[in-house]
Amino acid sequence: MNLTNLFRIALKALVSNKFRALLTMLGIIIGVASVIAMLAIGQGSKQSIQDEISKMGSNMLMIQPGANMFQGARMAAANTQTLVMSDYDAIKRDCPDIAAISPMVNASGQAINGAKNWPVGMQGVNTDYLSIRKLEIASGRMFTDTEIATSAKVCLLGETVIENLFGAGVDPVGLSIRYNKIPFEVIGVLVPKGENAMGQDQDNIILAPYTTVQKRVVAITYLNGIYTSTTNESVTEKAKAEVETTLRAQHKLKDTDQDDFNVRSQQEILTMFSSTTQVLTILLAVIAGISLIVGGIGIMNIMFVSVTERTREIGLRMAVGARGLDILTQFLIEAVLISLVGGSIGVMLGVGSSFIIRNILHWPVIITTFSIVLSFAVCTFTGVFFGWYPAKKAANLDPIDAIRYE
Amino acid sequence: MSDIINANNLKREFFVGTEHVLALKGITFSIQKGEFVTIMGSSGSGKSTLLNILGCLDTPTGGEYLLDHFAVKQMSKNERARLRNNKIGFVFQTYNLLPRTTALENVELPLMYNSTVSGKKRREKAREMLEAVGLGDRLNHTPNQLSGGQQQRVAIARALVNDPVIILADEATGNLDTRTSYEIMALFQQLNMQGKTIAFVTHEPDIALFSGRSIVLRDGRIIKDEKKIKIASAAEALAALPKEEASDYIEKE
Repeated sequence: MNLTNLFRIALKALVSNKFRALLTMLGIIIGVASVIAMLAIGQGSKQSIQDEISKMGSNMLMIQPGANMFQGARMAAANTQTLVMSDYDAIKRDCPDIAAISPMVNASGQAINGAKNWPVGMQGVNTDYLSIRKLEIASGRMFTDTEIATSAKVCLLGETVIENLFGAGVDPVGLSIRYNKIPFEVIGVLVPKGENAMGQDQDNIILAPYTTVQKRVVAITYLNGIYTSTTNESVTEKAKAEVETTLRAQHKLKDTDQDDFNVRSQQEILTMFSSTTQVLTILLAVIAGISLIVGGIGIMNIMFVSVTERTREIGLRMAVGARGLDILTQFLIEAVLISLVGGSIGVMLGVGSSFIIRNILHWPVIITTFSIVLSFAVCTFTGVFFGWYPAKKAANLDPIDAIRYE
Repeated sequence: MSDIINANNLKREFFVGTEHVLALKGITFSIQKGEFVTIMGSSGSGKSTLLNILGCLDTPTGGEYLLDHFAVKQMSKNERARLRNNKIGFVFQTYNLLPRTTALENVELPLMYNSTVSGKKRREKAREMLEAVGLGDRLNHTPNQLSGGQQQRVAIARALVNDPVIILADEATGNLDTRTSYEIMALFQQLNMQGKTIAFVTHEPDIALFSGRSIVLRDGRIIKDEKKIKIASAAEALAALPKEEASDYIEKE
């Protein structure tokens, strides 16, 4: 039997009862719209976190003393002194996939300018640190290797520190501050970066030569950490292995000994955050999916009512020559049409609300083709699945009884 | 051999719960091309069952039924559907038009299930049939915009659209007033004069006066099968009805 004609018949049936068709579609519309919007929000926040972490310095490998911090538990003091300059030298010398490397010595205290003071950490680093953390100089300059060799008392300030010690808009290059009573000359200003994905202010920062911080500020001989960046994102795992091998040799660890340091790559931090957002996204999508199922049940419900209501019509169609298959196909097409039209409206609504959320709430939002294709596929399936039983019931009616149905 | 219908010892039994009902107990008759036959009987006589079998909606449990020389008893459900689509036109008491659908689309319906007919030809034929029944100016009216008589005309046009070998009418005037009934019977007689074979089931004797032959059923058997010598003209009967005017029903002051 002519499929085009059956399609026309099904379409005609829906058009003659637009209001009911629309009401039936409502469940599908809401379901699809929410699936698209939820997935878009989920994708968006996942992408924005990835971007943020990338901005913090991609290809980064962070080496810290002590075994892996488990749930933030603090290690004993002895454990935290295992990284030393010879480790830095060894990695620099022996790891081919490490592109840049900087020691890290941290100090905490007060920065003072005249009457103003501001509690802030001071990070002791070398010149590679700028490229590893993707920091840029806004004015002035970075310290030189000579200044590192002489433990010169020079520093660079982030915007938040400048605002609190000098006032907004002031260029402090050439001026001096005191840090924990030690005078420092400001030689450079860092380009502001704003808040990172974890809510920390990236401009609340002072950089100084690591030798200066080590000898003059905290008086230690070990390092608090070593920052490195790999030559390429793709060699991260390889580089990590190289660093671990080098350090285990340096620390003279036996095969059975655990690492007394930990090496963390960008990837792991990323994965940590990604998995949280991933779980959230899946949860939201499941909820939206449930509403799609409810929409499908709505279709099935209405189709049953429709079949009962149109019993006489079905009997007549059979009397003038429609076979069971013709009736089944007609009602299946009706169910699928309702699903697809509802799905289309839902897609438009979902995409529309994603745009609104992006422009008004300024949440990150990414609409993927995948979610749209998925929605249409699910809609078609819903139409066929939930329309099948009512359509079968219609096709099995006896024309003699049907045509006399009251 | 211009037999349209050959019924030979038709039997039909039903099992309703624990009851065993013999609706037809051996019906034998033939209908030739061009006949106008009424099938009469009271309720329970088996005339509805007979009509269902003649219309290929049901199969006899005994005996043979030939429609245009096709043996229907051995046919499958789908084959019977095809046969109905090609050879039979139904006219029902309750018109059975599709609501919210135009007269033209209603008449097209049987041809929609015939894939050999193109859309253009289908529309043309439907228009032609509607004009033949006098509704050429109401092609786009929906049933709720048509009177009972007009709806029945649309149903008759639908029954003609597939060039059937026989029109089966089931109490076609049952829902119409006297005047409209005569109008419809006049139309049937006109179609019969143009060569259409008609089998008309009814329980009203004055409607049977318009046919050329009457078969009467009682308790599942034919008790009378006679051709008329004198056939009444529905058109004349219509003209003979007293003219009714609205003023007849308004109380004179």
